[in-house]
Amino acid sequence: MTMREKIKDAAARYPDQRSAIMPALLIAQREHGHLPGQVLEEVADILGVERIWVYELATFYTLFHTEPVGMFHLQLCDNVSCMLCGAEDLLKHLETALAIRKGDTTPDGMFTLSSVECLGACEMAPVMQVGDDYHGALDVARIDALLDNLRATTERVASIEPSTRPQGE
Amino acid sequence: MFEPVLLKNVAAPDSHLLSTYEAGGGYQALAKALREYTPDEVVNLVKQSNLRGRGGAGFPTGMKWSFVPKQVDKPKYLCCNADEGEPGTFKDRIIMERDPHQLIEGLAVSAYAIGAKTAYVYIRGEYVTAIRRLEQAIAEAHEKGYLGTGILGSNFDFAVHIHCGAGAYICGEETAMLESLEGKRAQPRLKPPFPAVAGLYASPTVINNVETLACVPHIVARGADWFRGIGPDKSPGPKLYCLSGQVRKPGLYELPMGIPLRELVEEHAGGALPGRKIKAVIPGGVSAPVIPEHGLDVRMDFDSLAAAGSMLGSAGVIVIDDSTCMVKVATRIMEFFHHESCGKCTPCREGLNWVVKVLRRVEGGDGAPGDLEQLEMLCKGIFGNTFCALGDGAAMGLRAALAHFRNEFVAHVEERRCPFH
Repeated sequence: MTMREKIKDAAARYPDQRSAIMPALLIAQREHGHLPGQVLEEVADILGVERIWVYELATFYTLFHTEPVGMFHLQLCDNVSCMLCGAEDLLKHLETALAIRKGDTTPDGMFTLSSVECLGACEMAPVMQVGDDYHGALDVARIDALLDNLRATTERVASIEPSTRPQGE
Repeated sequence: MFEPVLLKNVAAPDSHLLSTYEAGGGYQALAKALREYTPDEVVNLVKQSNLRGRGGAGFPTGMKWSFVPKQVDKPKYLCCNADEGEPGTFKDRIIMERDPHQLIEGLAVSAYAIGAKTAYVYIRGEYVTAIRRLEQAIAEAHEKGYLGTGILGSNFDFAVHIHCGAGAYICGEETAMLESLEGKRAQPRLKPPFPAVAGLYASPTVINNVETLACVPHIVARGADWFRGIGPDKSPGPKLYCLSGQVRKPGLYELPMGIPLRELVEEHAGGALPGRKIKAVIPGGVSAPVIPEHGLDVRMDFDSLAAAGSMLGSAGVIVIDDSTCMVKVATRIMEFFHHESCGKCTPCREGLNWVVKVLRRVEGGDGAPGDLEQLEMLCKGIFGNTFCALGDGAAMGLRAALAHFRNEFVAHVEERRCPFH
């Protein structure tokens, strides 16, 4: 399905099209990686709602990114349960390992590093979300292994001829 | 002997599938409700059980349902609050990931009781696995006739839709959740009117937490007396407790409501980490005032914790040991509330910003005489002066930290450093 079709499909669940703005933004972000102004306006046009309503939501909710993020968005939770289990040291380690500060993206565009509020997985603290996946009970060794694994994934994908790449990678 | 019901399936292989749920008696309660009870009788059954909402406020569920007007022209809605954002809390995620049909059955029985044909599950966007499992479970339930039109041969029609949140803690507040569902910034509404009268799209709306809804099929299947026979009279039933922080066995525990906090932490969760002593426990997510070690004999129910100056909240139990600086914990909690303040009310928006600035300088060794009094003054300015409970939760948390661990705050100011670093 095209983005327009996906948005229309999601909008059918609501009696009011304004309700579909959040689902539409999530669909658009998955499609484009982030939400620049032209995408916000396209979403407004598809739903037939005021553009300012779309801008309002895109700038209020933290899961919407109006600026580009890296191929892998590393979102380390440093709220209380994770903090008590060493998240602070892990954040410093990630900053050193990636040679960037929290909030930045590596120059190659591969990693964006963020600290986030509670991920709701406190039983496996400290926790980090990478894309759709949660990684828990983290320590320095597990973080290093995870970074190696993510780098290897991109190298593997890059080595495949574009025409034979699996869809979605 | 207490028998877990809410978590009885979660360890099973493929616990999220319909076949597993049905094998354990799943959807029998829905069939029983449709076959044997009128909607009013289901409401009365839940009233008799004395089920109180598991989202934090502890309002009686049956009473909330009975506020929905019977004769209205508008459609009625059921909203499931699955925007679990209270730090320390993860119980709803486990239900949705590992036993989503339990929630769907709870939604169907509850919708039948209040006369709703549509439910929206407002689920936090980070919970990708839970969202996928719930989507799959809704499709399975539809296929099998537990959702859709003419459910199980009755004249009850019901559809469940998932609405993904996008990372705003305030959406856990029920009126802010409704604003968000209507496609607006999530900011709380003034009450009254209460959602039961004018909620989603100004229609009668009931909003219940995931765990609350998951209790409903068990009440129908086993009866109100069974439910009321577990735990204290005023807040009975099985309860999910989330254990995290500096404790040996973090995890989700299903135990009776009213279990002593000390038993929960020291026996079930294994107590402090090796070589450490427990210093304090936050019993109900970071909105709940901290309890020092000597207060751990309190029972984990709405009324006992309120009497002890704290609250059950979401039952997100965070254990803090003697290696940890309480000023740092308080600072991190206030940073959370400041970050998540929706910005609608000035005392919350500006007050929490000010609180964080003062706490950061105290923790960093730049505290000044009078800073602690200023923090207390700020709490007074925030508490009770906002639309919703976010500001209240922050002020109560800080007041408790200042009251119970004042010596640590004073040491930071007097020594001009953090004694724990």
